[in-house]
Amino acid sequence: MNKEAAEAYWKENVSLILKLLVVWFAVSYGCGIIFIDELNAITFGGFKLGFWFAQQGAIYVFMVLIFVYAKRMEALEEKYDIHE
Amino acid sequence: MELQSLIYLFVGLSFALYIGIAIWARAGTTKEFYIAGGGVHPIVNGMATGADWMSAASFISLAGIVSLKGSDGGAYLMGWTGGYVLLAMLLAPYLRKFGKFTVPDFVGDRYYSDFARTVAVICVIFISFTYVAGQMRGVGIVFSRFLQVDVNMGIYIGMFIVFIYAVLGGMKGVTYTQVAQYCVMIFAFTVPAIFLSLQVTQTFLPQIGFGGTIPFQFDDGVKMIESGSYLLHALDTSMTDLGFGAYTVSHGGTWNVFMLTTALMLGTAGLPHVIVRFFTTPTVKGARISAGWALVFIAILYTQIPAVASFARINLIKNLQNVDYAKFVSGEIAGNNGTWFKNWENSGLIGWTDRNGDGKMQFASGKAFEGKGKPKYDGQKRGASGERLTTNSMPQHNVSSEEMRSNGKIVNELYLDRDIIVLANPEIAGLPNWVIAIIAAGGLAAALSTAAGLLLTISTSIAHDLLGQVLFKDPATGKSTLSEKAELVAARLAAVVAIVVAGYLGIHPPGFVAQVVAFAFGLAAASFFPAIVMGIFYKRMNKEGAIAGMLSGLIFTFGYIVYFVFMGGDKADYLWGIAPTGIGTIGMILHFIVALVVSKMTPPPPQHIQDLVESIRIPRGAGGATH
Repeated sequence: MNKEAAEAYWKENVSLILKLLVVWFAVSYGCGIIFIDELNAITFGGFKLGFWFAQQGAIYVFMVLIFVYAKRMEALEEKYDIHE
Repeated sequence: MELQSLIYLFVGLSFALYIGIAIWARAGTTKEFYIAGGGVHPIVNGMATGADWMSAASFISLAGIVSLKGSDGGAYLMGWTGGYVLLAMLLAPYLRKFGKFTVPDFVGDRYYSDFARTVAVICVIFISFTYVAGQMRGVGIVFSRFLQVDVNMGIYIGMFIVFIYAVLGGMKGVTYTQVAQYCVMIFAFTVPAIFLSLQVTQTFLPQIGFGGTIPFQFDDGVKMIESGSYLLHALDTSMTDLGFGAYTVSHGGTWNVFMLTTALMLGTAGLPHVIVRFFTTPTVKGARISAGWALVFIAILYTQIPAVASFARINLIKNLQNVDYAKFVSGEIAGNNGTWFKNWENSGLIGWTDRNGDGKMQFASGKAFEGKGKPKYDGQKRGASGERLTTNSMPQHNVSSEEMRSNGKIVNELYLDRDIIVLANPEIAGLPNWVIAIIAAGGLAAALSTAAGLLLTISTSIAHDLLGQVLFKDPATGKSTLSEKAELVAARLAAVVAIVVAGYLGIHPPGFVAQVVAFAFGLAAASFFPAIVMGIFYKRMNKEGAIAGMLSGLIFTFGYIVYFVFMGGDKADYLWGIAPTGIGTIGMILHFIVALVVSKMTPPPPQHIQDLVESIRIPRGAGGATH
């Protein structure tokens, strides 16, 4: 694999990571810590939304993020023909 | 069957299973000993990582912490899971491609320095030992309460079991035992959680029941809570009545919760015994997927924890408030058998002092005992209702007006250790004996699986990194002069020594086991996380920058924790109000800044290191690990 392709692959990887980490930050720090009091004004069932994110929701999103990353990276490695 | 025989049966069966697996999965080579041969299926590895990660603290203490802290317990739940996102994206795949055995391997090679390698080895050993001491203590507590053997005897038995499968099987034996331990642990946690969910909210899944309604009414001591209320609303109301403050509202302050969550997340991503698990998968792709599976297996427990925490809290108020002690503990109250209270009173995890002399227990915020809150028993002396007498009860009838006003005129008479929430939960809820018995097996599985992973990391660091890569390195070839066989013997000997030291720490705990956890996470966040991430994502990072960064992050974090936790530093002097548990975050930022500044002022790393960085970024060609 040539140098340009390697750099392009790496750039795409880093930008994907940054996008996913924005979501990671938003659900945990955003919904579960910084804006928890504001979100707590919204309720569903017995849950206040901010509380739910801090104790349940963030964990579910974390799982999805890792699998999305793994899947997207597989496609990326096919594209650059560097899969194992 | 009798409860005691059931406990012996379940614990005995689980131990027999672990030893059987250990014999079946003996390690023959260093590669098998260090990284299980590098051929572990990602789902299997994910499950083993889950067991490795979830310690006695997760299984026994975390629900108690959340139950006592309410909303702010979210910092632990998010912190100890969110780190896996960072692991999957920023560390695991590249370290797998790097293709060696340990974290100090990476630090030493990437920063072309044996000094950096040695600093890394010292960190690994320190972090792992602080962690393992807590596990051994957990083993001792479970044994002493459930199997009625002495705490020290419990630790000897635990040491013996870990000895068999860690020393014999190495990473291969530990991995497959951890899979079995994961199953035991998750079964042991889920079964009582489902029972409780059905009982408290009539919903099967705890994660959903948690948001459901309660089918019973109860008196919280101030007013009646109606049947059909939402569980969390009922908790908010009664905890506000009793002076604790609403359960679902944050009381800890955004800033400290933020810092604590960050230190736990980055610490998780930087813990050597977790990172090393991703060296065992066959491919880079496998390392990424495996982190996802690890989080799935962890989340099965972690999403139940806050539910169990809220069920336990409501059960405690419902079953203990204004209940006559003597009738309760003798089992005379229909539907609310309190014989469990006596057992746990004897282990010092719960205590009652009749401050208003009415013979009934009252539960509210505030201390029932002086000092750190734990009851100090006065020999075998018993009070008027048959309760254990203590030497540190708060004064009777002499209650401050502040205490009266804030707690709805209820004076607290109870001490509850956080560990009781999980350990005694099935008994408090009156669940069948076999459910109580599997809790014992589950607690032991959680403690033993983590202890084994840590002990292995310690022994690998000593045998492979310190002996193989530093002390016995041939300066001409840069290779170890130890034969593979000699290194394997050294690794096993190191594991034996590590087990003995861990057992010693468990029997003679330094007295601050809970606080040292802050150490492990703070140091991992301030040392390994930045060093590894920059090693991968910043090609220009050189030896000078990395060493300066690691040392400044470490010394700052270490000094801050030692000063405020062990030398009695005053809270008023906290830097920007940050508690020692969250200081790893600042140590991490300091590490990044110092490393970047120093690397700008010093020459770039040699060409072969820059080539190494380029190669670990590309997945293709990740063969087996090389010696």
